[in-house]
Parts: sequence; C-alpha cells; structure tokens
Amino acid sequence: MNLVFIISTVIAYGLSLGLYVLFLNTGKELTGRLGTLLLALGLVTHYFALLERSRGLHTVPYHDLYGSMSLFGWLLALTYLGLELYHRQRSVGAFVLPFILVFFLAAHLAPADRLPPPAAHGLVFVFHVTLSILAYAAFALSFVLSLIFLGEERLLRNRKLGDVVWRLPPLELLDQMSRSSVLVGLISIAIGTTLGFVSVDRLPGQNSFFDPKYLITLLVLALYVLYFRLARKTAWQGARACKLCIFNFAVVVLSFTVVNFYVSHSHRYF
Amino acid sequence: MEIVLVGLNHRTAPVEVRERVSFTNEQARRAAEQLRERGILEETLVLSTCNRSEVYGVPPESSHECAPGLSSFLSEFHAVRMEVLGVSLYHHYDREAVRHLFRVAAGLDSMMLGEAEILGQVREAYRFAHEHGATGPVLNRLFQGALEVGKRVRTETELGARPMSVASAGVKLAERIFGKLSERSALVLGAGTISGQVVSQLRDRGIAHLYVMNRSRDRADELAKQYGGEVVGWGEWEKALQLPDVIVSSVAAEEPVLRRDIVERAMATRGNRAVFLMDLGLPRNIDASVAKLYNVYVYNMDDLSEIVQQNRNARQNEVPKAESIVDEHVAKYLSWQASVELVGLVDALRAKVKEERASFIRSRMESMKHLTEADRVHVEKLMDEMLEKLLLEPAERLRGEKELRRKIQNVEALRDLFLSNREKP
Repeated sequence: MNLVFIISTVIAYGLSLGLYVLFLNTGKELTGRLGTLLLALGLVTHYFALLERSRGLHTVPYHDLYGSMSLFGWLLALTYLGLELYHRQRSVGAFVLPFILVFFLAAHLAPADRLPPPAAHGLVFVFHVTLSILAYAAFALSFVLSLIFLGEERLLRNRKLGDVVWRLPPLELLDQMSRSSVLVGLISIAIGTTLGFVSVDRLPGQNSFFDPKYLITLLVLALYVLYFRLARKTAWQGARACKLCIFNFAVVVLSFTVVNFYVSHSHRYF
Repeated sequence: MEIVLVGLNHRTAPVEVRERVSFTNEQARRAAEQLRERGILEETLVLSTCNRSEVYGVPPESSHECAPGLSSFLSEFHAVRMEVLGVSLYHHYDREAVRHLFRVAAGLDSMMLGEAEILGQVREAYRFAHEHGATGPVLNRLFQGALEVGKRVRTETELGARPMSVASAGVKLAERIFGKLSERSALVLGAGTISGQVVSQLRDRGIAHLYVMNRSRDRADELAKQYGGEVVGWGEWEKALQLPDVIVSSVAAEEPVLRRDIVERAMATRGNRAVFLMDLGLPRNIDASVAKLYNVYVYNMDDLSEIVQQNRNARQNEVPKAESIVDEHVAKYLSWQASVELVGLVDALRAKVKEERASFIRSRMESMKHLTEADRVHVEKLMDEMLEKLLLEPAERLRGEKELRRKIQNVEALRDLFLSNREKP
C-alpha cells in the first residue's frame, strides 16, 4: 500500500513540477492551475505515504533522518501551497518543487534507521518537533525566494530580460512572499522552541537546560527577526536583505546538520 | 515627382550619433528652408523621433542625384563629420522611400514592433511641415497615405490591438519591480507628447499618485489637470524625488537632468526604497552612473530594446498582414502618382496633337482647292472629333481604372516615346 502512495506522490509532484515549468515558459493559466491541483494531490498522497511509513516502523515520522526529511518536504510543500494561494502567485512553483521531490525521494527510497525512541514524547513534544520542522521548511522557502529575487534583480539591473523574467513574480512580491514565509518560520520556531522547553521540563529526572542546539536556535531566531526588521523599511531592503536571508538559511542548515549530528546531545534530525 | 529619403535610425546608428542628428521643431523648419534655398529639395519633411531622424523630400531633378547633397547638408547642419555620419545613413528613392515611410507609420520599422507612438509622431511632423509650407502636393499625398496605413494596421491587425509602445513597455518593466502600481506613485519630468503617453499608461495601470515636473509650468499644469496629477516646481528635487517609485524623464536638455549626486541624496532620504527610472530623453536625461546606485533601476531608450525583442516574437505573426496593407497602399500611392503623371502626359499629348493637326491641315488643304470654306471647316471639325475621341477615351480610362494605371509602370518611357524633351510637361 505504501508503495502505491509513494508512486502516486512521485507522479503527482513530478507532473506538478512539469506543469509549473510549462507555466513559467508559456504563462498559460491552465497549466499553472493544474500544477497547483497536482501539488495539492501530491500533498495528500505524501501525507498517506508518511502515515504508512510510520505505521510500518511503529514510530513517528521524525524518528529517523529519512522520516524527518520526508516530513520536511511535506511541510515545505504545505507552506508553499499556502503562500501560493495567499499571494496568488504560481511562478515560484517550478523552483520549489524540485526540493520537495528530492526530499521525498531521498526519504522514501532509503532504508529506515533502526534507532531507539526519543526520551521525550506526548503531544507537546509532537508539536515541538512538527513546528520546528515547519519553521525550517518556511526558512528554506524564504531562501529559495531570496535566490530568485537576487537572480531576477541581477537580470533587471543588467537589463538582460529573458522570457522567464516576465513570468517570475515582481521583485516586490518576492520580497513579500519571502517575508511571509519568514514570518511563518518565526512564529513556528518561537512556539516550537517554547514547547521544546516545556517537554524538557516534563521529562522525569534531572535534565540539563543547556544544549548548544538552544544557542543556535536562539541565534536563528534573532537573525530572522533581524531580517524581518531590515527587509521592511530600512536602507537594507531589497537585495541586501535577501543576502542576509540566504546567510540565515546557511545557519539553519548548520543547525540542522553539524549541530544536530555532532554537538547536540538531545536533538536528532530537527 | 520623384521622392528621396535620407536618414538614420536605431538600427543603423548608436544613441550617441542619433542624439547628435536629432531635430527640434525649429531646426526642422530651418533645415527645410535651407534645403529649398539651396535648390536641393522642393518639398521637405523632417521626421525626428528618439529612434530616427529622416528627411523626406521632392528634388527638382533626379532623386538619385540629390541624395549625396542631402547627406552633406545633414553633416553640415548638425556639425557631424561625414566619416561618422556616412556609415549610419541610408538612402531610399521613390517606391522604396514610399514603402519605408509606410512601414514606419505602421510601426513595422520601430524599435518596438507595432509601437503606437510613431503614428502620432508622423502626424505631428506632417502637421508641422504642412503648417510651415514645407510640403507640397507630393509629400502631402505621401504622408496622408502614411497616416492611413498606420491607422489601418492598428485597427485591422493585432499589431496595433495590443499597444506596446516604449511608454507601456517601461510601465510594464516598473511592474516587474513593484508589482501592481495601484499603491505606487510616479513623477513625470517633461510634459511633451511622450510624457503624456507615459502618464496615460500609468493611469491605465491605476497609479495612485502622479506628480508632474516641467520647465514650463503651464504645460505641467495642463498635463496634471488632464490626468489628475500634482505639479511640482522645476528643480525642487528634494521634494520631488522623495516620494515616487517610478520616475519618467523626457526632457529636451543638453546635459543630464538627474545627476548622480541628486539621486544619491534622494535615495538617502528615501531610505533606499527602490526606484525605477525611465529615461526617454535624447540626449539622455539621467546620468549613466545613477544605475550603479543601490535599489535604483535605470532604463534608457536603448535598454528598452530588450523588451522590444520580447514582444517582437509575439507580434511577428501579425507582420505579414501589416506588410500586405503596406504593399496595398504603396501600390495605391504609386497608382496615384502614375495617374497624375499620366494625366499630365495625356494633356501634353493633346496639346501636341492639336498643334500637329493645325499644320497638317494647312499643308494638306493646299492640294484641295476645290473644297468650299464650309467643307474645310467641316473636315477640320471631323478631324478634331476623331482626335479628341482617340485621346479622350484613354485619358478617361486612365483616370478611372486603377488596374490600368498599375500596369503602366514607366510613365517616363511613354513620355520619351511620344514627346520630345522640349515638350515634356
């Protein structure tokens, strides 16, 4: 059954990507709408693929690296779909879908890790993890949007407008979408981190409140607050703010990889 | 009735040369006068836009012979050396000159294929030349034809159905940066024709606030009143540049109006809020180094060619339709030209025949002394009737049958055949 969901998801995301690329090139509204529809379909089948995977392993999706990656991909798709509907802008889909597809394929084609269950559990912990991964997904989206902004801005400044530039969102909209995405990330990470502390507090026995992960999470929070502030109405708005956003995401990747794998003693893949 | 055209455009000359050879109205009037005084052209019309400077004329003699003189005149008039100018100039004669103008009016020769502004500029150039007596029957007919072509192409093909003028292309570019313009403001420097077009485009896109700045306060007031804008005093840069997101400049000025230091100060006041500058002036109104400033996007006439290419492909499909309208009108014009020339030829022929008839009758009647005076008058009358019939019928047919006129390609040859040089009209 799981294989059916995996194949359906790959087909839905793959077709959605193809349609978004076609939309970017031709500007035909119908292809864009179909792309969105297939993305929504992919989200549903992806959800069931995640559910089936968790059932098969008798654990939560974020239990291992691949499960976390799949959940990240799903939340990325969800955040993007939300942004697309909110801002009524489909042109970015062609750039976001490859990430979603890669995360999904990598997660579901690799064998699951056999790891002991985490010490913390319960609803608060579930929200802590889910919101943290949602925050990372939102930050990843703002990273992609910032890259598009810088690319488009460079083309506009160099006066080299290809066909694609006319299909991309206006710079102002990219900026707004990036800020919306960061706002989702900021709220998620703030609530997620608070819930994380609550989870630690509820754990039986003596638990250390110090973990390098906390520091880097606070740093990420501070950097994105700074971005959010600078990107709005200061001399940094525009390309400079986008560069900061890209730097911030590099810190997120650092937190997601090096800190989780080698430094933190209480975090795995989120 | 020959036509000569000498000119340059965006394809043959860079902006640096075009701006040196552009004509103001006053210069156009003076050039027409001097060309007539020097006997180079009998009728003259100067068409000078941002992308082209062209002189259309009717020479007293052969069009091919007058072209070098016209080129030298342009070089002298604008003080541009012939080595620089010569490589940029093109020459067209008669049919090709007519065809060129009709294609120009149709927007087929524009930087932006099918642009709407050129028709207005052709109309304005014609009105100005006509008012100053620089045109005559040939150029009047030619330019009326050109205006008709432009109008037809715009109404009968898609080339004109989706107006993508320089102004609208610039406005679309602004939308690439700011998205919808409904919450944006714009400042327009200059209140000329092109400024009016930009303002109209901006209003169509729902621009929230519009400011107009012009050296002549009256014209600024007029433009602002027409489009619901606000006038800003000329030179009040700090106030003027603080608010707008889009700045359009189309001012006749020798030096850049917006220098780097002015824009730099404005950007500091604005907190580096992005601004899009559209430089539609020739010579350029905005210092080139302004483009290097953070969050400042500058596009001049040449830069807009990028957009032209984008639209050109989409409009390319309509070109054959537009070209066929041009061809139709070229044939129509040439037919008119031929009819005028042919009617002139027939009139000359009738005069000659009348003269020949008189001497013919005189000599033949010498040997017919037996005829009474009444008989002689009768014979003369019969002969007149026959000759009139012979010549009147073809003349009427020439006036009435376009196809016949089209078939007679070379009136000059007919003239040579029937009339000696002395008798040519």
